[in-house]
Amino acid sequence: MDYKNNKAWLYLLPAIIFLGCFMVYPLIDVFVYSFEEGYNSASQTSFGLGGYNYSYVLHDPYFMQAVKNTFLLVVITVPLSTGLALLISVGLSSIDKLKNLFQTIYFLPYVTNTLAVGLVFMILFKKTPYSDGLMNALIKFFGGTAVDFIDGPYWAKMLVLCLYTIWIVMPFKILLLTSALASVREDYYNAAKVDGTSRWRTFYKITLPMISPTIFYLVITGFIGAFKVYSDAVALFGTNLNASEMNTIVGYIYDMLYGDSGGYPSYASAAAIILFVIVLTITCINMLVSEKHVHY
Amino acid sequence: MKVVLQNLTKKFPGRGKNKTDEVIAVNDFTFEIPDGKLIGLLGPSGCGKSTCLNLICGLLRPTSGKIYFGEDDVTDLPPESRGVGMVFQNYALYPHLTVKQNIMFPLENLKGDKKMTKQAMEAKALEAAKLVQIDMLMDRKPGELSGGQQQRVAIARALVKTPRVLLLDEPLSNLDARLRLQTREEIRRIQTETGVTTIFVTHDQEEAMSISDLIFVMKLGVLQQIGMPQDVYDDPVNLFVAKFLGTPPINVFAGRVKGQKLYIDDLPLIDVPGVKDQEVWAGIRPEGFILDEQGPLVCRFGAVEVMGRDISVVSYHDACQSPTVRSIIDADNHVLPLEGKVRFSVKPHKVHIFNKETEERIRF
Repeated sequence: MDYKNNKAWLYLLPAIIFLGCFMVYPLIDVFVYSFEEGYNSASQTSFGLGGYNYSYVLHDPYFMQAVKNTFLLVVITVPLSTGLALLISVGLSSIDKLKNLFQTIYFLPYVTNTLAVGLVFMILFKKTPYSDGLMNALIKFFGGTAVDFIDGPYWAKMLVLCLYTIWIVMPFKILLLTSALASVREDYYNAAKVDGTSRWRTFYKITLPMISPTIFYLVITGFIGAFKVYSDAVALFGTNLNASEMNTIVGYIYDMLYGDSGGYPSYASAAAIILFVIVLTITCINMLVSEKHVHY
Repeated sequence: MKVVLQNLTKKFPGRGKNKTDEVIAVNDFTFEIPDGKLIGLLGPSGCGKSTCLNLICGLLRPTSGKIYFGEDDVTDLPPESRGVGMVFQNYALYPHLTVKQNIMFPLENLKGDKKMTKQAMEAKALEAAKLVQIDMLMDRKPGELSGGQQQRVAIARALVKTPRVLLLDEPLSNLDARLRLQTREEIRRIQTETGVTTIFVTHDQEEAMSISDLIFVMKLGVLQQIGMPQDVYDDPVNLFVAKFLGTPPINVFAGRVKGQKLYIDDLPLIDVPGVKDQEVWAGIRPEGFILDEQGPLVCRFGAVEVMGRDISVVSYHDACQSPTVRSIIDADNHVLPLEGKVRFSVKPHKVHIFNKETEERIRF
């Protein structure tokens, strides 16, 4: 028995070494950094331990802006993208013709580079001295006034960022949901049909519970993913996110580490730990809620 | 409620480029199922029996023909307006609902003046559950039930809205042998108690014969024979029906009729008055063999299988369609092969002869 155990550990060793070096150790290190006041990475010295880093970060208006942006993004994009993906998947699974074509089209954003998509969004939304962008042309056509979505008012920028994020995360959700829908056995629908179940009730009482594990998975990963959004904002608004008021928490952490002022690893670590606590809390809430509504 | 099918036909379009090879799953069915009977639709897999059931249920629309429940033409009605209860092959119980919720599900769908109060629904569900004896399992989920119990829940769910016709698709195929025996008796009991016209589909002839009032034998979308189980067994209309019913199956020999006598070997087997001289298929039921040292049928001896009540003699004969000849004989007999040979005579009423080409029965 002991020998067998040793063998098992031997097989696990490569993974444990890598995970230990590149995940567990950095995690602990970040935690330590976040409490070291005035840490200097060049001299590897600090003034001592304390909560000042947290206090600084929490009082930094840029951080609060980033938190606000991130929360808005999460609250708007996760339900919307999951709901839309569900709608599209249900539509996809109930058509016969051109199903594969549409599936491919809906999956395309997934294989497209984030920055390339950002470029396309710029063309759609950016207002330049030479043109107003496609969206503004449309708005004008319907009698509105042009808005600068990239350098304009806050709500316009947030709208574009949300649209962008939704568009980016949808394909994966559609992919998983269509396969989940396809795995619901035809028999259940036949049984429901024989019993005269309305379409809405069939969907609500049979389809939804059957695919609830997939939906739950998508919501959890969606929340975590949205909390970690950074590249989307960069693709749209450039690297100076603080200036454009469009920073996210991860963007703030990045700026603190590599920003033009030389790097504050302690502040970055404190912000990272705060993000971790937020995500952990949200995930725990998700888990508690799901216990009642997810049927494995 | 009697069920009448009139020239019912269902064709499925062929696959592939040309769509030429259209499949006729149900070909021109015309028959009447009397009220309150238990009917077995019987046939090998792919013969269209499930399609037929789905047509009666309304999940499929016929290509042509009519279906009547009593005097009502239900051909164009959707399943829910027909008043059918259906039990699916793998039960299709909703796994996330409890037994009670499963049984109540059809009732919750009722609308308009048929709408029931929660109490009435619960009473109705309990009544149905009691009928199939699962009233103590009401709060379990289907995953926590055995196969037989799930089957009962499925029947209760089908019966709860008092359907005019109950349909069962291969109801016993997911159960083990012992449970199958028990459950088929249970189905018979429930059917007798409720008196609902019941149609069930099976490929297992024993299952169909044991509990049905009438059996309908199908082959490749064509109805072969309708009758009471024993009548169909004793009096098959063609070779297919004869071969399909009975375990062990009927032994089919290439034989010939000469001078109104049937020959397989050199000695005449039985008299067949009024039959012209011709080549025929001769089918002999396993129980139709009698051990006889002077018997006209000479087989090479293979083995004796003891089954307790009877013994089964396995032997070989060149004229037989299947590799072995199986006969069932009372266990009191002793088989003494002589020089590796075993000889039989036969009971005339257990021998059927069939036309060599058409495989239709030749009566004598």
